[in-house]
Amino acid sequence: MPDHPIKVLIAKPGLDGHDRGAKVLARGLRDEGFEVVYTGLRQTPEMIATAALQEDVDVVGLSILSGAHMTLLPRICKLLRDEGLDDVLITAGGIIPDDDIPALKEAGIAEVFGPGTTIREVADYLRANANPRD
Amino acid sequence: MGEPGPEPAARGRELAEGALAGDRRATARLLTAIENRTPVAEAALRILYPQAGQAHIVGITGPPGSGKSTLVSALIANVREAGRPVAVIAVDPSSPITGGALLGDRVRMQAHAGDRDVFIRSMAARGHAGGLAAATGAAAAVLDACGFDLILIETVGTGQSEVEVAAAADTTVVLEAPEMGDEVQAIKAGLLEVADIVVVNKGDRPGAQRTAAQLRAMLVAIAPRPGDGDERPRPKRPEVLLTTASTSVGVPELLAVLDRHRPTDHDSGSAAARLARAEAQVWAIAGDRVRAQLHDDRHREATEATLRAVADHELDPYAAADRLLGDVQ
Ligand code: B12
Ligand SMILES: Nc1nc2c(ncn2[C@@H]2O[C@H](COP(=O)(O)OP(=O)(O)OP(=O)(O)O)[C@@H](O)[C@H]2O)c(=O)[nH]1
Ligand SMILES: [Mg+2]
Repeated sequence: MPDHPIKVLIAKPGLDGHDRGAKVLARGLRDEGFEVVYTGLRQTPEMIATAALQEDVDVVGLSILSGAHMTLLPRICKLLRDEGLDDVLITAGGIIPDDDIPALKEAGIAEVFGPGTTIREVADYLRANANPRD
Repeated sequence: MGEPGPEPAARGRELAEGALAGDRRATARLLTAIENRTPVAEAALRILYPQAGQAHIVGITGPPGSGKSTLVSALIANVREAGRPVAVIAVDPSSPITGGALLGDRVRMQAHAGDRDVFIRSMAARGHAGGLAAATGAAAAVLDACGFDLILIETVGTGQSEVEVAAAADTTVVLEAPEMGDEVQAIKAGLLEVADIVVVNKGDRPGAQRTAAQLRAMLVAIAPRPGDGDERPRPKRPEVLLTTASTSVGVPELLAVLDRHRPTDHDSGSAAARLARAEAQVWAIAGDRVRAQLHDDRHREATEATLRAVADHELDPYAAADRLLGDVQ
C-alpha cells in the first residue's frame, strides 16, 4: 500500500440532477482519508476522461441515477482506456438495476454500489482494490 | 542522499521526456511523483528544470468564495482566445486529522475539457501551511518546462497567512469580494502587502464600486512618496481592478495588466523575485536532505541522543544544531 492518500475522482455523468449521493460520498471519502476531486454535475464522458487524466487519479467513481447508465458508463470506460488509463479502478453507484450490472462489468466497471451503501463499505473496497501507484 | 538510483533515474527520464514531447499522461504522472516527493520526481526535475523559466507564473489568493476558481476559468477562456497554452494548479486544504481532502475548484473550470492546451491539476495542501502545497513550486516548474505559457496557482483560500504564494509566483493577484468586511482581514493577514494586483470581484453585486474605491484610497496612503529619501522596505502599490468573473466582465482588462507584469530578463524587480524563489526552493531541499541524512542508519542513534539531551536540558538547542551539522558530510 502506498503511504500517500488514494486519489479519487467523483463525477456525475450526463444530465442527471441527483447530486446528493455524490456529495455525501465525496465528503465521506475525504473523512476516510482519501483525496477526492469532485467535478460537479452534468459531465460529458470527455470531461470525465480529461479530469481523470490530468488529476492522475487512482479511482474514478461515477454516480448516476438518471437511467442513462447503459449508454454513458461504457463510453466513459472506453475513453479512459483510449487515454491509456487502463490501471484506474472504475466504480459506479446510484440507481442501477441488478440486471444491468453484468454488462457494465463486462464494459470495465469494477463494482456497482446501490442505495444504502455505507461510506465505510466503499472506503474499504477502494483501499483493497485501488492499484498502488509509484 | 545525492543522486537518485538507476531505476528511478530511468523512470524519471522516461516521464520527463514524455512530458516534454507533449504526452499529458506523462505530465500528470510526473506531478503525482512530485507531490509524493519520490526519487523519480527528483530525477525528472533535474532534466526539466533547465527547460523551465519561460512561463509567467501568477498566484491567485483571497478569501473563500471570493471567486478565485471562477476567475481562473474566465482567465483560461480569454488566454485561449489568444492561443496561449495555460495550466492551473488549484490547492485545497487537507484534513489535519484524516489526511483526506475535498478538491472542488475544478467544478468551476469545466468548460475547457478536450482542449489539450489547458491543463488543470488539483492539489491537496497535505499539511503544508501558507496556502500552498509543498510541491506547488516544483509542479509549476514541470508545467513551465512543458511549455505552458501562463501558469495560474489558486491558493487554499483561508484568506489568511497565504503570503507564501508571493514567493512562488511572478505576479500575485489578491481577490476581494464586496462588503465582506474583508478589507480589514486582508490588511491583518498581510495579503495586500504582497499583492501586485488587487481585484474586487463580483462587480455585479451592490457595494463593489465602493469596496474598490476604499481599497484604492487605502493603498495610496501606504504607498511610498517618490524622492522622500526614505529607503525602508515598503509594501507594493498594487493596482485595483473590478471584475465580474461569472460573466467575464473586466477579465480582458485584468489579463492586459497581468501581461504588463510579465517578468522580463532586464527588470530588477522580477530578477529579485526569481532569486527569492530559487532561495526558497534550495533551502527547502537542503533542509530535507540534512534531515534525511541525520535520520539514516549511520546517524540515527547519535541524532536521537542529541535531541534527547536537548529535551532533558542537558544541551542547549544551539549547541545541538552545531553538533548535528558537524555530523553531516
Ligand atoms: C432526492 C431525489 C430527487 C431530488 C434530488 C435532489 C438532489 N440534489 O440530489 C429531486 C427532487 C430534485 C429529484 C428530481 C428528479 N427525480 Co429523483 N429521486 C430522489 C430520491 C427520492 C432519492 C435520491 C437520493 O438523494 N438518495 C440519497 C443518496 C445519498 O443516495 P444515492 O444517490 O443512491 O447514493 C448512494 C448509493 O447509491 C451509492 N452511490 C451513489 N453514487 C455512487 C457512486 C460511486 C462511485 C459509489 C461507489 C457509490 C455511489 O452511495 C450513496 C450512499 O449510500 C430517488 C429515489 C431513491 N430512493 O433513490 C429519486 C429518483 C432517483 N428520482 C427519479 C426521477 C425519475 C426524478 C425526476 C426525473 C422526476 C421528474 N419526473 O421530474 C427528477 C429529475 C431531476 C434531474 N434534473 O435529474 C427516479 C429515477 C428513475 C430511474 N433512474 O429510472 C428515482 C429512482 C425515483 C423513482 N423510484 O422513480 N429527485
Ligand atoms: N455574483 C457573482 N458571483 C460570483 C462571481 N464570481 C464567482 N461567483 C460565485 O461565487 C461563488 C464562489 O466562487 P468560487 O469561484 O468557487 O470561489 P473561490 O474563491 O474559488 O472559493 P474557494 O476555492 O472555496 O475558496 C460561486 O457560487 C460563484 O458562482 C461574480 O463575479 N459575481
Ligand atoms: Mg476555488
